[in-house]
Amino acid sequence: MTLPLAAHTFLGIRGAYWNVTALKVAAVLGIALGGAGAFVYLFLFKMMSHMQSRLGPMEAGPHGSMQLMAEVLKFLQKEDVFPERADRWVFAAAPAVVLMSTFMIYVVIPAGPRLVVANLDTGILFALAVSSLSVIGVLMAGWSSANKYSLIGGLRAAGQLIAYELPLVLAVVGVVMQAGSLSLQRIVYSQAHFKLFGVGGFGLFAIPQFVGLFLFLVAAQAELGQTPFDMPVAESEVVTGYMTEYTGLRFLIFFIGEFATGFALAGIGATLFLGGWYFPGYGLHWGNLAWARELVGLGVLVAKVMVIAFLIFWVRFTFPRFREDQLQAFAWKYLIPLSLVNILVTGVAKVAVHA
Amino acid sequence: MTVTDYQKTAYVASQAADARISFDIEAEGMTLNIGPQHPATHGTLRIIVRLDGEQVIWADPVPGYMHRGYEKLCEVRDYAQVTTLINRIDWLGSFANEVPFILAAEQLMGIEAPPRAQYIRTILFEMARIANISLFLGDMGVQLGALTPVFFAFRDREHVLNLIESATGGRFHPNFDRIGGLKDDLPKGWIDECKQAMRRIRSFCDEMDDLLVGNAVFQQRTRGIGVIPRDIALEYGVSGPNARASGIDWDLRRDEDLPLAWKHCDWKVWTHPDGDSFARYWVRLQETREATRIIEQLCDGLPAGPIRAKVPARIRVPRGEVFVHTENPLGEMGYYVVSDGSPGGPFRCKIRTPSFSNISIVPWLLQGVYVPDVITILASLYFILGDIDR
Repeated sequence: MTLPLAAHTFLGIRGAYWNVTALKVAAVLGIALGGAGAFVYLFLFKMMSHMQSRLGPMEAGPHGSMQLMAEVLKFLQKEDVFPERADRWVFAAAPAVVLMSTFMIYVVIPAGPRLVVANLDTGILFALAVSSLSVIGVLMAGWSSANKYSLIGGLRAAGQLIAYELPLVLAVVGVVMQAGSLSLQRIVYSQAHFKLFGVGGFGLFAIPQFVGLFLFLVAAQAELGQTPFDMPVAESEVVTGYMTEYTGLRFLIFFIGEFATGFALAGIGATLFLGGWYFPGYGLHWGNLAWARELVGLGVLVAKVMVIAFLIFWVRFTFPRFREDQLQAFAWKYLIPLSLVNILVTGVAKVAVHA
Repeated sequence: MTVTDYQKTAYVASQAADARISFDIEAEGMTLNIGPQHPATHGTLRIIVRLDGEQVIWADPVPGYMHRGYEKLCEVRDYAQVTTLINRIDWLGSFANEVPFILAAEQLMGIEAPPRAQYIRTILFEMARIANISLFLGDMGVQLGALTPVFFAFRDREHVLNLIESATGGRFHPNFDRIGGLKDDLPKGWIDECKQAMRRIRSFCDEMDDLLVGNAVFQQRTRGIGVIPRDIALEYGVSGPNARASGIDWDLRRDEDLPLAWKHCDWKVWTHPDGDSFARYWVRLQETREATRIIEQLCDGLPAGPIRAKVPARIRVPRGEVFVHTENPLGEMGYYVVSDGSPGGPFRCKIRTPSFSNISIVPWLLQGVYVPDVITILASLYFILGDIDR
């Protein structure tokens, strides 16, 4: 029995199974690490600094652009400390679990008509499912550190991630209903063809699904553990929560995981609500310029990701944080009922339009 | 026993005590040792809390990690040297520490500073208040997770510190007050710069109004959290803005007849009826605004004249004892100075610091709150470690 042909091609490159797989892994690694790095530099270093009337890193490279390299090198040189009573294997494996769940989200995000690692029919379901795997890594880290602050942080994180998983999924349901598909690629195409009262050419679902977009942004903020939902890593209370005992490379992996997940969730948000790689005027049928088409799609997607990320980080640098119980109450009492209403309204509207 | 033997027994005893705390309480819940090294205690305060889930069922502050023996040191320094020491008590509002001690010495000697010196003292006193409280206004945000306010606080506090530096020579520890007056007069052009800085501080207060006070999350985190009722505050000896936030209309700047210039200007003592963390923040915000107004009025009415009374070159404080207290940024600060008439320093000097009394309410206040609220309450009580431990 042979594997289907699709498994042996990527971006039109045919090859042996392992060669193509290596290419895909390299693509995911490049996008994830590059995206995380861009987030850290642009938002955490520069945007935050300018919002706080300071300059941020300025010495390493022009405008501190090499600061990130210096930070990574610093972390690599640090000693890898295990707490005395830590559960060594669990402690060592936890960052890998978190990072794995992050990388798996990238597999389904389309950045062009063909620039997608795996065009799954149930793409969005897969993405949301694997993104919630990170909670296992967080719990592992919190429990195995043998530190009370880590334990409190880990349990807070678990409670929060599970509570906000639900509004995240329910916010997406509206888009899925409107597009009529779970495949991210099909959602992009249906946004390209989307018409509001007979007027087309918007290329995005953010107009009819503005409630969904709001819910998605709030839930994504909570999934990422960004202020005002950063209770699990609240520096002034539980030091850094489940990351307290981590040093060096393992801390770096958590750190990359945080921002790479941010990039991935912003990518999903851009794909679902802002039209993904498509923009009005994008030639869906540009004959021979296949590579250019993919690259333009990637650029458009990254630009939209930056818009969503800007909103997320803007809130992060402005708000104080919610308390644990307030955060849960916010999810269960406000976000989930609102998302259910959104689903109801979307369903009624869809039936009314098609009837 | 030798000194090392004492140290050994003390160490063993402390280890045993630590172990006992962990074992006894571990059976009923979790003991969390907040501090002495913890980001929220801004210094080395240790708070042992026993938790049931995330709820505090018992809390005990353990001060003393920064004890420097100032009261004893005062006895072996002369009066001029003591001001150097006591600058380091509340290190954010240093100048305000010097004033009550110098006033006590002046009262014992029966002299009074000339009016110009009184005015400048009051101006610098209020500047110390702004330098101290503006940091609180930003820091409260950090404790609650908002990073931005503290950078604004550091940015605008700089203007006040620059003014203090240009007048006194020291940014944090001016050591400027002398018995009978001040070390120097104000430099040229200082008054204009001062007024400009006060406008900046007021716009900083407006920013804090927008960023924190008006923020729904901030209000949710602070309203009704850590309520100190009026009578409890009085029983524990809570003073300063913390007491005024509980509705106690008591301010030594107005209520005590001191040879300082507050009586010459028009200002208001702000109180808040709620007694919660929000009230404590709000009262301090209003006090910062009020301080800028006081400074502006004093700058306008600054009298001419000498800055130092006639004082003998060799200071000899006559026999006697006196207690002088002032309204410092953190609350009531008092010096009980006993002099035996010898040419050296004070025979005995008891320092009453506001933070020590203010944190004595912590075990009462923390019972039944959640861990995040522990941080809110500690931040809103606003203590300086040097002020607790001296």
